Amino acid sequence: MKKKIPGRALGEAVRQLFKKPATSAYPFEKAKLQPKFRGRIAFEQEKCIGCKMCVRVCPAKAIEIVLSADQPAAPAPVEGQAPAPAKKKFDCVIHLDRCVYCAQCVEVCPKKALASTDDFELAQLDRKALRRHYK
Amino acid sequence: MSKISIPLGPQHPGLKEPINFGLVLEGEQIDKATVNLGYNHRGVEKAAEERTYIQDIYLIERVCGICSHSHVTCYITCVEEIAKAEIPERAKAIRVLVGELERIHSHLLWLGIAAYEIGFDTLFMYVWRDREHVLDCLELVGGNRVHYSINTLGGVRRDITPEIKAELLKRIDILEARTKYYTTLATEETTVLARTQNVGVLPKDLGIRLGACGPTARASGIARDVRKDEPYLIYDKLDFKLITADTCDVFGRVVVRVLETVESCRIIRQVLNYLPEGPISIKVPWKIPEGEAVNRYEAPRGEDIHYVKGNGTDKPERVKVRAPTLANYHAVPHMLEGGWLADVPLVIAAIDPCMSCSDRALVTDRAAARSAVWSWEEMRRNGIEFYKRRGVDFSKVTLK
Repeated sequence: MKKKIPGRALGEAVRQLFKKPATSAYPFEKAKLQPKFRGRIAFEQEKCIGCKMCVRVCPAKAIEIVLSADQPAAPAPVEGQAPAPAKKKFDCVIHLDRCVYCAQCVEVCPKKALASTDDFELAQLDRKALRRHYK
Repeated sequence: MSKISIPLGPQHPGLKEPINFGLVLEGEQIDKATVNLGYNHRGVEKAAEERTYIQDIYLIERVCGICSHSHVTCYITCVEEIAKAEIPERAKAIRVLVGELERIHSHLLWLGIAAYEIGFDTLFMYVWRDREHVLDCLELVGGNRVHYSINTLGGVRRDITPEIKAELLKRIDILEARTKYYTTLATEETTVLARTQNVGVLPKDLGIRLGACGPTARASGIARDVRKDEPYLIYDKLDFKLITADTCDVFGRVVVRVLETVESCRIIRQVLNYLPEGPISIKVPWKIPEGEAVNRYEAPRGEDIHYVKGNGTDKPERVKVRAPTLANYHAVPHMLEGGWLADVPLVIAAIDPCMSCSDRALVTDRAAARSAVWSWEEMRRNGIEFYKRRGVDFSKVTLK
């Protein structure tokens, strides 16, 4: 049986009086994030080829890849060659309320069109704002 | 004295999660206690059948917030076993590293909650402040604080760079010093001793009979730890002690958990120094062949069991989760009986319960214990007979 000491935490409590507070003054002070942090997903349209791998792996069905409203015109046909088809453009719709921020879509993207950002302050007053349409 | 029966929960200030206890009181002493589950059933297992193996990683991770890595590692080991994929040694080491960081984080969280239930808020605040160190470590390794998502099919997603290793070693030193301080505090402070000694007693033989697991069992002197009994990943290469206590009460559970935290710090240091060079993952095809696998994993709360059955597609046929809390529930009424009403929240908290972990559809049948294996036909016949006794005849129903 160990010896019983009353007020065992007293010394520690007194020592803490002269230390800096352990809490941070968020939101006045920016939260420190680690470099591998997985926040809001960013999308780069130029890189996307529309393979929809991200849609297939998303566990929360939070990502959609849709055809852009305005498609670029087909390149001018070169004489003697078959006409080249137009390169399609894709938009990305992310439902922030469904996203679980696992970043599996970032990992699976063959063209690195998706990326994790440091943005984590995603609360909205308007529900519609949670649907982000990246063009 | 007349007996009164009161319900405790599913919503009660003394409980953090939905569960119901029926207590029969004689004065302030508990005469009889029963436990009722099922307030937090979310259908995770059924949802897992609808998703691919990759999507299931993130679904299974959310079975529990605290032991997220434990559940995923157990599940993914089953999948890799079916796919016959041998993961690289470095990936195994990183899985162990995150697993042990998670154990520290879970045990410190529990110690804080236990201190809070005791009414010793000073200890609660200090423990949770120091727990931030291990959460920072997990964020450093995995990216986020709670769902680290470090596992993927065939290995891990993030590597440990030399900078991360140096930072982890620095933080682990702080954590070990602090945990050792809490060990002395928890075992010598009068307040803690007065509230925990001879409270919620679970004798060794009863613990074995009721199938208690994890720190709850080890505090009753049952030396059982999956890491020792059936070493997975790289645990056979590591040197650590199996912590047990023989006091069989809440005090023993405090001692087992704080000493296990110190052991985890030792394991992390060994893993970081061992870390073999090489790739962190191998490619596993999305379609997993037919087959089934069962795996055990020592989660912070006890033995976690996962069963996965593959059918040759990219979605599993069946995923079954047996969380450690479910095994420990049966012991709780026995711990409560004969005790005082004021100790109920502490005794319940002492098994480190996780309701969302354990609410799976579980059917216990005494007949199942007699015959070791039940075929599908036997189970079906039993089901038909069961309903016939209740006036519904399903024998004409044919299966597709």
